[in-house]
Amino acid sequence: MFFYLIRRLIYAIPIALAVGFVCFMLVQIAPGDPINAIVPPDAPQDVVDQVRRDYGLDKPLPVQFGIWLLKVVQGDLGRSLATGRPVWSDLQSAIGNTLTLAATASLLGFILGCVLGGLAGTFRGSILDRAAVTIAVAGVSVPHYWLGMVLVVIFSVQYNWLPAMGAGPGGSADWAWDWEHMQHLVLPSITLAVIPMGIVTRTVRGIVAEIMNQEFVVALRGKGLTGWGVFLHVVKNAAPNVLAVLGLQLGYLMGGSILVETVFSWPGTGLLLNSAIFQRDLPVLQGTILVLSLFFVALNLLVDIVQTALDPRIKRA
Amino acid sequence: MLRRLLMAACAAALPAISAAPAAAQGTLRIGMTAADIPLTHGQPDQGFEGNRFTGIPLYDGLTAWDLSAADRPSVVIPALATAWAVDANDRTRWTFSLRRDVRFHDGSPFNAEAVVWNVRKVLDREAPHFDPRQVGLTASRMPTLRRAEVIDEFTVALITAEPDSLLPINLTNLFMASPTHWAAKRAAAASAEAAWNAFAADPSGTGPFRVTRFVPRERLEMARNDNYWGTRARLDRVILLPIPEATARTAALLSNAVDWIEAPAPDSVPQMRARNMVITQNLQPHVWPWQPCFAAGSPMTDVRIRRALNLAIDREGLRTLLSGFMVPAQGTVAPGHPWWGNPSFAIRTDRAEARRLLAEAGYGPNRPLTLKVQISASGSGQMQPLAMNEFLQQDLRQVGINIEFDVVEWNTLFANWRNGCAHASARGAHMTNVSFAAMDPFFAMVRFWDSKMAAPVSNNWGGFNDPRFDAMVAEARNAFEPAARDAALARLHAAGVDEALFIWIAHDVAPRAMNPRVRGYVQPQSWFVDLRLPFIQ
Repeated sequence: MFFYLIRRLIYAIPIALAVGFVCFMLVQIAPGDPINAIVPPDAPQDVVDQVRRDYGLDKPLPVQFGIWLLKVVQGDLGRSLATGRPVWSDLQSAIGNTLTLAATASLLGFILGCVLGGLAGTFRGSILDRAAVTIAVAGVSVPHYWLGMVLVVIFSVQYNWLPAMGAGPGGSADWAWDWEHMQHLVLPSITLAVIPMGIVTRTVRGIVAEIMNQEFVVALRGKGLTGWGVFLHVVKNAAPNVLAVLGLQLGYLMGGSILVETVFSWPGTGLLLNSAIFQRDLPVLQGTILVLSLFFVALNLLVDIVQTALDPRIKRA
Repeated sequence: MLRRLLMAACAAALPAISAAPAAAQGTLRIGMTAADIPLTHGQPDQGFEGNRFTGIPLYDGLTAWDLSAADRPSVVIPALATAWAVDANDRTRWTFSLRRDVRFHDGSPFNAEAVVWNVRKVLDREAPHFDPRQVGLTASRMPTLRRAEVIDEFTVALITAEPDSLLPINLTNLFMASPTHWAAKRAAAASAEAAWNAFAADPSGTGPFRVTRFVPRERLEMARNDNYWGTRARLDRVILLPIPEATARTAALLSNAVDWIEAPAPDSVPQMRARNMVITQNLQPHVWPWQPCFAAGSPMTDVRIRRALNLAIDREGLRTLLSGFMVPAQGTVAPGHPWWGNPSFAIRTDRAEARRLLAEAGYGPNRPLTLKVQISASGSGQMQPLAMNEFLQQDLRQVGINIEFDVVEWNTLFANWRNGCAHASARGAHMTNVSFAAMDPFFAMVRFWDSKMAAPVSNNWGGFNDPRFDAMVAEARNAFEPAARDAALARLHAAGVDEALFIWIAHDVAPRAMNPRVRGYVQPQSWFVDLRLPFIQ
């Protein structure tokens, strides 16, 4: 296990490099000019040229990539072209906010998904099953930015029950787990939870139904175990697969939903990426994508380790 | 039982849900279109929205725009300078007399040294506080200024590269930051760049508001500067919130999360009006045009075609399409403006005359004219580019002009604008659709019609080159008496309209929506507003 862990960590290095390179090149070959993040469009050419030199944007691309990479390995993600602030400081707060949102949405989606999926798998073919499947399909199919807008119209605009935007009355810097702040989390969390809820429901339903048909369940019943006893065995057998899905979904949510965070002005990584894309803010784009991809790799590793711990049949060596 | 439990839970939750904190009296919360707080170090980014919200409220320039009235064009007035004059013998040297009663937010005095320091921050690469980041945001807006010299404590000389009567107008873009405050930040910072970042987090200008709290990317809180040298603000506080998505801004206003939003989504206006929100608009020095290409072989070199295009457009129909949120353009400035002049060519809808001009130019039903326009799908100041351009396409088809679009991303359209129409990036376009601000003469006319401004120097994308216009630009730049300068600019503008150097289509009207509790607000004919005027009732 220890060697497996080391090997996976070593694998993460070329993955990070490849992600960094692809991200750098994609941003470079996209139409437009990053200089527009710094100077207004009507700036004379001599000013544009001067600023381009000042920021090193006149250097060949491989040199720019090399300089960026050298700084990254020293822990310096650079400074935003648009604001001049260190990328890491903006990224740090954005990741914290996205983590808050993603964790809440995941919890909501996973609990609902497991309950609905478990019931549907256990009572397959029943009305309960059909209802759960309908909810799951709707959850996966409904565009979440549309759902977000509808929720805002109903609960914020129409009834004024919940706030429509932001991460608290004083911004995310003052975040606390009290109702004054948590009410800002309600609508974006529900919006973001519907997709994992649908996916988890379908996954759990399939796994539970499959396990329920296995012979050991018949044997358990034959030995006189009651419903709860059987249920615990089913859960234990389903857990590794469900966990893999949960890990992936949490990874996706951590990537930040650009649309949901924009609709709710939630100051997470999605909103940060959104503004960086429109401003061609290369250091912010590159830094954010790199950190998020590393996070995704780490999360997958963590899921693998937990899976192994839960199911000794899985060998990681 | 379950129903009772649910009802009990709802009853317990309702007081907490409805107890959203009410805004304090005198606090104005503004939802901006920007995705981030505009830079606060004294030279804002995010276009003129930056100047509007973190420039003018926090800082002053030597000159400023008069934002006090809605019914007349906004003109330049004294601000930190009380008077100015150009040297009669050396017209590149200006003398500015400064106010004597001004202090920065940190308490340090404003004087001639501070002016020189602020000029050097963007023009003197050897200065310890030189900031390349601010160069792009400032130097381009005062292209002829070269340096400043202290004459005495409250008199300063500004030197330009060539005689330029437009300097006092350009200086509205140079905001005065506190040298003392910056020095204090520099003492604790590793570099000048780090000092400017620290300054941006805790800025100090001379403006009517001072920063009290800054949460990057989320909010900027400002409090009234009670030591302001001019008329003090009525509001206690202003809170700026970046909300880039139009629907989210609308929802924020309707749910009382903000009191004022910029650029509400047009289709949400009826709903906002039904909820008693106030929608404001006024003519803005903004032009939404098609800019022609004058390269050899381009049909747009023929003035008859340019005039025909201007006459074939139903601007009132376009206004209906935009729910009334535009003013039909008759030139770069509107009639009544000091630079309007007296053009002989009246821009209006006259399709018969358009057809006649086209026929004269050799185009008609048997030989239709096909033109290509490079446009964007969105972008700052671009209003509703797709819907508007499709409307124009249908309009022009009625007089026998086929319009093809080359739709590119907004940032790309901008980048192409600098390259010129002869460049490969234009992809054979005969016109480009980049909207622009027309606050000062350089940005309104000079950069488009002076042959020295041909791409890539500036935004003469079409490569227009006419010695008559070069002479008129020179005349305006050398007219140092304001009335004479305005007269020269009026001649330039009238000549531009007569030659139909743009296809002028619309002026934006800067729609804003606000809670009826916001009172005292004046929307001037400007990109900017005076936040000293409104208050919360």
